[in-house]
Amino acid sequence: MEAVKTQDVGVNDLPWQIDYHAERCTMCGSCVAGCSFRAIEVVTQRQSLTVSEGTVPKPIHTHMARPIIKQRASLTDFCRGCGICQKVCPNNAIAPVRNPDSRKTLLSRDAGPIKRGGRTNLNAQRTLDSIIVGRISQMTDPSLDSARHTFDIRSPFGRVLSAKELPFKVVDGKLIKQGHTPPVNWIYPLIFSDMSIGALSTRAWEAVALAVGYLNEKCGLPVRMSSGEGGMPGNLLKSEYLKYFIIQIASGHFGWNRIIKAIPHMVTDPAGILIKIGQGAKPGDGGLLPSAKVAEHIQAIRGVPKATLSSPPNHQGLYSIEESVQKMHLSMNAAFGFRVPVAIKCAASATSVSVYNNLLRDPYKICGGFFIDGIQGGTGAANEVSLDHTGHPVVSKIRDCYLAAVDQGLQGQIPLYGGGGIGMTGNAAADAFKMMCLGANGVFVGKILIQLLGCVGNERGRCNACNTGKCPMGICTQDPRLVKRLDIDRGAQKIVDYVLAFDAELRKLMAPIGNSSLPIGRSDALVSTDKAVADKLGIQYVC
Amino acid sequence: MCRIGSIKSKVPIQPSVALRLMLPQQEGHDNSGFAMVMQDLYGIFSGYKDKPLMSMACTQRGAQLVEDYMDAHNFVQLAEWIPIPDKRPGLTIQAMPYYIFRNYDYPEDAEKMTDREREDLLLDTRLALRKILADSGQGFIYSFWPDVLTLKEIGDPSDIATYFHLWDDNGCLAAKSIVAQCRQNTNYAIVRYAAHPFFLQGYTLCANGENTFYTKNKEFQKSLHRGYIGFESDSQCFLNTLHYVHHELQWPLTYYKHVITPLPFEEIAEREDKDILTGLRQSLANLEINGPNTVIGVLPDGDMITCCDSKKLRPVVVGRDENMVAVSSEVCGLNEIMPHRNRKADIYPNEREIVAIDGDLEVTRWKQ
Repeated sequence: MEAVKTQDVGVNDLPWQIDYHAERCTMCGSCVAGCSFRAIEVVTQRQSLTVSEGTVPKPIHTHMARPIIKQRASLTDFCRGCGICQKVCPNNAIAPVRNPDSRKTLLSRDAGPIKRGGRTNLNAQRTLDSIIVGRISQMTDPSLDSARHTFDIRSPFGRVLSAKELPFKVVDGKLIKQGHTPPVNWIYPLIFSDMSIGALSTRAWEAVALAVGYLNEKCGLPVRMSSGEGGMPGNLLKSEYLKYFIIQIASGHFGWNRIIKAIPHMVTDPAGILIKIGQGAKPGDGGLLPSAKVAEHIQAIRGVPKATLSSPPNHQGLYSIEESVQKMHLSMNAAFGFRVPVAIKCAASATSVSVYNNLLRDPYKICGGFFIDGIQGGTGAANEVSLDHTGHPVVSKIRDCYLAAVDQGLQGQIPLYGGGGIGMTGNAAADAFKMMCLGANGVFVGKILIQLLGCVGNERGRCNACNTGKCPMGICTQDPRLVKRLDIDRGAQKIVDYVLAFDAELRKLMAPIGNSSLPIGRSDALVSTDKAVADKLGIQYVC
Repeated sequence: MCRIGSIKSKVPIQPSVALRLMLPQQEGHDNSGFAMVMQDLYGIFSGYKDKPLMSMACTQRGAQLVEDYMDAHNFVQLAEWIPIPDKRPGLTIQAMPYYIFRNYDYPEDAEKMTDREREDLLLDTRLALRKILADSGQGFIYSFWPDVLTLKEIGDPSDIATYFHLWDDNGCLAAKSIVAQCRQNTNYAIVRYAAHPFFLQGYTLCANGENTFYTKNKEFQKSLHRGYIGFESDSQCFLNTLHYVHHELQWPLTYYKHVITPLPFEEIAEREDKDILTGLRQSLANLEINGPNTVIGVLPDGDMITCCDSKKLRPVVVGRDENMVAVSSEVCGLNEIMPHRNRKADIYPNEREIVAIDGDLEVTRWKQ
């Protein structure tokens, strides 16, 4: 007792405890080598043993010094519950176990606010799970056959004009287009969301990009991927595949030096430009890439030295929506010859409807999409206080924005995309379908993609170490030894298979309500078992 | 399922022909009402073809309210027909006290109006009367337009015909164009305004099937035009869209089909006019229909049209003889009124075409 002080940290203070079985352990060392967090170590332990070494039992009680695996009692090198030790152990001798009595969040503010990755662990409520597709076609009209009917699963990305604004003229009984209309790309309603090279390892980013290429080229699904704020590989910018990418510009403008220089060499237009104003996981806060992840190639792509890269919370010089439209939207449109739709992404907020209304009134008709990112969106690095205590659920906000547009007869003119927690329970198709019935034109996903690549992080505090540069799965790190753990092809295949299942499941939901086109705004197809949710969203309450 | 039908004829026909077209299509308890719009009128209205004709069902008090309004707005009553009903016991009908069909002359200042302004005057008058009657609960007004008569009632179609002496063929009511329907839209409450055909500024339309994009259509249409109101039936949306595309946007009729049943994106991409078709699809996405539907309509110039949904889940057939062309949900209706026609010449419109019948009974098929 003399060596212990009450302020000393013990393993019982940590969120995960190692369940170790020395009798099964062969001391192969795989777990210690595999733990990127240095949460376990090999130590020598004096043990009391009864042994019998002869051909007949002759038990002798002895003491012996033996090597064992031990958990570190440290607030910096602590177990994150990733389970890589369990994964590599040939003898099932070790595994992390969640500690419900953890004091970690209380104790680890010695060096300032806690930072981590992942999504909110406090506000992971699932509004969408209280909503059911409850209007089934039967007798009044027939359900469709999800396997045999053709389905037209496409969503607009770009500014849609009202019919009266279209520059169409009747000539000889036919409509002829006379004049320019804003560019609109019809894409798959599932956008791979903005995870930068830097937040992700190059391999992880490449795996996602590879999946996008395959889905487009081989499966005929026009899935688009947003680059995230961090630039893109030069070769990709100059390739035909650029058409599958939405290039993001955020407040740090990281990577844009390279992008602008590549513009004259582009052989095709990108699918779009996404101006990131805010992010659901940490609204009001800029991007954050800890220096541990700013490896040499990241420095090259972003044109920065090795340092923690904090994007400002705002686009410098923009003080109003009108100014943003005038300066950023117009300049981005001009940069690509008014051929590429420019959209905007904001964190969901109590003010989202005001922003959307204002964009709808834009006289230039130039905002090509409003992306609303809810509190359940993921991030590579943020202050935990932001992740858990700031933000706004996305479901009602999409609905509010849609209904605000309906009130003005402007629905569909600036496509709405919702994200943040889509697919949290594993079924993104159901979430996407419900979001679309509530008024979203489509959804964007990020977290689920890296989970498909192998990320084990979740909203119950598992791992959440994307900010450390020590991602055990090689996804959110630039450490070459860790990155090598990720198999690009298998990762890409996992995403492709998931999206194909997503597509089939979307049909499985469209068929019973009798629709072959996406039911955007078909709130009549939904019912809710939660009265408050039903009232808020304007759908039928059922019980 | 609603059965719908229409007849366009070289010679005036009486409502009993339309009833004979519709009744064989009736199934089971499928008989909740009868409604028809007659256009290009003969009989007692033949002398007033250019004067707006009001069709309404109301109480005595309702009639007085309408009269007050029309007087106050300088409409001059020209002719009136109030049918004397056959009230024999046993008829299944939820009759209103009065059915009034009345021709008016325009107010004096209408002389200086453009056609468009006159159309708006008639619409606004009908909307104002509808509001007066609805607010007071004293009746219903269905149409107010030259050469157009609307009759609707809840009950057994055959009994309704008896009540109005439609079986008598007394020559009172006759027209060269009739659109009819023998069942209300029972997915919603049985109310008179929910019974198609619907009428708006020269456009008549009835439709069967479930409009699965009703909510989308309605939420969009509500802010498109002041005449798009009510929405007691999801089928009204088809009329509003026809009116919007053809009358408001003034696009050729073929684009109505492109709006309600747009081609799949893959097919649009192969078309020469892909810019136009994509523009329509994105700007008018909320007017798409995506359920099982057939539409029968009449345009202001008298052309009759029909088309169906993009999966052809609701059929329709067009048949003809030397004097008339009829459109019907089911062929048994055609067999009843045109037993000797050449059945091989019947047209079963496909999911991508509009069939149009003009004043000379020439039938045109337009492929989308």
